[in-house]
Amino acid sequence: MIAVGMGFKWFIFIVMAISAIGSALMMATRKNPVHSALWLVVTFFSIAVIYVLLNATFIAVAQVMVYAGAIMMLTLFIIMLIHLEQGPSCLPVKRSFLKLIGGIITLTLLLQIIAGIRFYANVGKKGVYTPEMLASVGNTAAVGSLLYGKYAFVFEIASVLLLLGIVGAVVLARKRKDEEE
Amino acid sequence: MVPDIPQGLYYALGAVLFTIGAIGVITRRNAIIIFMCIELMLNAVNLTFIASGNFLNSLDGVVFVFFIMAVAAAEAAVGLAIFVLIFRLKGTINVDDIHLLKG
Repeated sequence: MIAVGMGFKWFIFIVMAISAIGSALMMATRKNPVHSALWLVVTFFSIAVIYVLLNATFIAVAQVMVYAGAIMMLTLFIIMLIHLEQGPSCLPVKRSFLKLIGGIITLTLLLQIIAGIRFYANVGKKGVYTPEMLASVGNTAAVGSLLYGKYAFVFEIASVLLLLGIVGAVVLARKRKDEEE
Repeated sequence: MVPDIPQGLYYALGAVLFTIGAIGVITRRNAIIIFMCIELMLNAVNLTFIASGNFLNSLDGVVFVFFIMAVAAAEAAVGLAIFVLIFRLKGTINVDDIHLLKG
């Protein structure tokens, strides 16, 4: 693990936080779904860098591979498959009273969370995986021993879930027998 | 001497990202954009998990995020297959035009 100054950490955090929030806003406001998907990839990369700041290198790599690589590639593939770019659903967002109410309620909840963070005290019981210990064992080795030890059963359930996902996607997207002619 | 980055900033970043995703889900009408906003909300929660796990010197947060990623991958595969089916059926994926259950 490379020792870096705290000022450099602050610099990386602020740049990546601004990049994540900015590209998330761009993602939520673009008309063209392809642009939205590409902005979301930028957000995922920024969050991956913040994971590295938080000593979670394994999850940072998994984030880039699973989210930015696999899920967004699949999304872009589907967008282009059903010709969404010039479809009728790209009309400007209709202004509606209900949407305004929903947005205001969501922003109020955000303010509540921010107020809660200001009074939050970190009183949880500390675990054994200090950054020094992780640096000596290796982040991936520690995560792996947890996954195949304490969480082995949950890991098996996750593999069954992924298998069901594969089977479900194939069954859903297959052409029906009666519409083949 | 510069102080350490406070825990609250990571939580605030997660909260802001989650709110952007939630507002996107409420205001957008394109099913695929709604799907991407949900992915963004999942990522904001992941960030909060990792931040608390790091500050509590625990790896349980990382394990949780690993399983959330597995569920998100399965959800992406099945959800996008459903979008393709709906598009074949109705010719649009605008969620305002999909009201089969509306009597």
